[in-house]
Amino acid sequence: MSKKASEINENILWQDMTTGCEIYEGGTSRLTKTGEWRSKIPVWDPSKCKQCLLCTPFCPDSAIPVNKGQRSDFDFDYCKGCGICYKVCPFGAIDWKEVM
Amino acid sequence: MSIRDRLSGNEAIATAMRQINPDVFAMFPITPSTEIPQYFAQYVADGRVDTEFVCVESEHSSMSACVGAEAAGARAITATSSAGLAFMSEMLFVAASARLPIVLAVACRALTGPININHDYSDSMAVRDSGFIQIYAENNQEAYDNYLQAHRIGETADVRLPVMICEDGFITSHALENIELETDQDVKDFVGEYTPENYLLKAENPLAVGPYGVSGYYMEARVAQAEAMKNAKRAILDVAADFEKKFGRKYGFFEEYKMEDAELVMILMGSSAGTGKAAVDELREQGIKAGLIKVRVFRPFPGEELAEALKNAKAVAVMDKSEGFSACGGPLFADTAGACINMENRPKMIDIVYGLGGRDFTMDQAKRVYARLAKIVETGEVGPVYTHMGQRDKRKEVQ
Amino acid sequence: MKNITEIRWHGRGGQGAKTASLLLADAAFMAGKYVQSFPEYGPERSGAPITAYNRISDERCTVHSNIYNPDYVVVVDETLLESVDVTAGLNPEGAIIINSAKNASELKPLLKGYTGKVFTVDAGSISRKNLGAYFPNTPMLAAIVAVSKCVEPETFMKDMEESYKHKFASKPYVVQGNLDCLSQAMKEVKE
Repeated sequence: MSKKASEINENILWQDMTTGCEIYEGGTSRLTKTGEWRSKIPVWDPSKCKQCLLCTPFCPDSAIPVNKGQRSDFDFDYCKGCGICYKVCPFGAIDWKEVM
Repeated sequence: MSIRDRLSGNEAIATAMRQINPDVFAMFPITPSTEIPQYFAQYVADGRVDTEFVCVESEHSSMSACVGAEAAGARAITATSSAGLAFMSEMLFVAASARLPIVLAVACRALTGPININHDYSDSMAVRDSGFIQIYAENNQEAYDNYLQAHRIGETADVRLPVMICEDGFITSHALENIELETDQDVKDFVGEYTPENYLLKAENPLAVGPYGVSGYYMEARVAQAEAMKNAKRAILDVAADFEKKFGRKYGFFEEYKMEDAELVMILMGSSAGTGKAAVDELREQGIKAGLIKVRVFRPFPGEELAEALKNAKAVAVMDKSEGFSACGGPLFADTAGACINMENRPKMIDIVYGLGGRDFTMDQAKRVYARLAKIVETGEVGPVYTHMGQRDKRKEVQ
Repeated sequence: MKNITEIRWHGRGGQGAKTASLLLADAAFMAGKYVQSFPEYGPERSGAPITAYNRISDERCTVHSNIYNPDYVVVVDETLLESVDVTAGLNPEGAIIINSAKNASELKPLLKGYTGKVFTVDAGSISRKNLGAYFPNTPMLAAIVAVSKCVEPETFMKDMEESYKHKFASKPYVVQGNLDCLSQAMKEVKE
């Protein structure tokens, strides 16, 4: 019986499933990259950014890393592509583009 | 050494619960199962159990609390009837698919409408596809004995399924009859402790229960669950064999009564079987080859075994105490007929829906069923396959 | 089914007919019998007519239907004679026992031509005298034992004494009153 979450994927046979689909470890969300689940992405223009950090509390996930009061570029592992940062930026420093 | 006593079905089940001393009882009252938590509350108050007795706000919550408690590693139980069972229906499927061996006592009662508090199986039959094991009792003794076996069946490693222990509302739940009880120690020795391999409160092994299963996983999960239900057949017989060895009372998937040479067979469940047996005795005295099968285990359904037991029968009446509204027969008939479909020499088979909402099932009715079977054998004509019995009717009863 | 005694109780919700049926089963159980005691539930309300049943036998009775042809009928409340067909299906070889201060001959016209034996006992007075309250079910319990002998009356009295001592352990002063109820009713039940 497969115990590791990393061994459970869509090729698994029913015989190898865990009882009741139980998962016997924590933090297994790391195994699933959801960052690519987007149709549009925000694009940050550091030259227009005033570092007002209004975008960071609006971001519903952890896609805008902030270090010592300064934001840096998006962490797309967390970005859902919701576009709220683009909407709230008062300086036009965030663009909103189709994923190519 | 058994203890001779007299108890109602509800008190018998409550006694079994007390002897097992489960970790959690999440309770919500509903007629006619209310006495079960009522008796149990007294055991809690008297310090005879150390169960966490949780009074929740609905049956949906009582089963939810059981799901949480069982996943945490506790032995969790509850009791309900009728509308309560219907209301907890969603959580029954959760409990079964999460493979949590909760034990649920059901005093079977009709579902609305019209509003009715009396007995039939419309509640338990409505949730027969929930994934619960379902075991039915003819009387207080069987309700008690079935309950003593329930935890071990459900907790068997390759089964891990919740179990419904069904008794007939009022007819069994509120009727006082003689019973053989076992000592607390013998029951504890028989049932044993619950030692799940993985559970939420096991700190060294984090666990997630009840994940989202997209179509890439759901089918595999359901096949695994179906396999567990097949495994339950073996577990039920194993536990019954052990029960017989320890306590001397024999149980199987169903009870065969005077079936050795029976040609006319009635298949039914619960307390009506006792009345049916008395009718069989009378008919046997007249030289009529009548027999009876009382289905004890309805989920998993013992199809192959039932077909084998019917191989010498000439005509069979399946008695359904719930109206499935399929317009072609009740659920017991559907499963029985399905089980017999590949038999070499299938008996003629009819379905009779009876006893709804507490309509009394009498010896006289039972004898009329056998008379109809005799006529089917004599004429070779099955006649109407799906009929009702015991209702006031402009039409004459099919004979 | 041989040696089976079937009894039907008629009372009103709150008068203890169901309890009396349970106590009779208890007494028969203690005397070594197989017993059934079960109520027929309808709309539950204090004062509503209720029916309860007993089967008492030497072998386990598997029949779980209601009783349609009882050997005995016990009427805990005589006002039911007008509204309920209490003798329906009653075995003419059996008997009906009615809680009433009247004589059997006065009640017979209300019994729809029942040809069997009719007994009365003034359970109300017996209860008031010995218990200071209206608990007619205790005297009626003794009356059915006296008439039906479904339990040997002497064994019954001995078992009931044990049972009351156990049941009323916290209020032993009511034990004697209940026992007096039983013995007076046994003596006074008359055809």
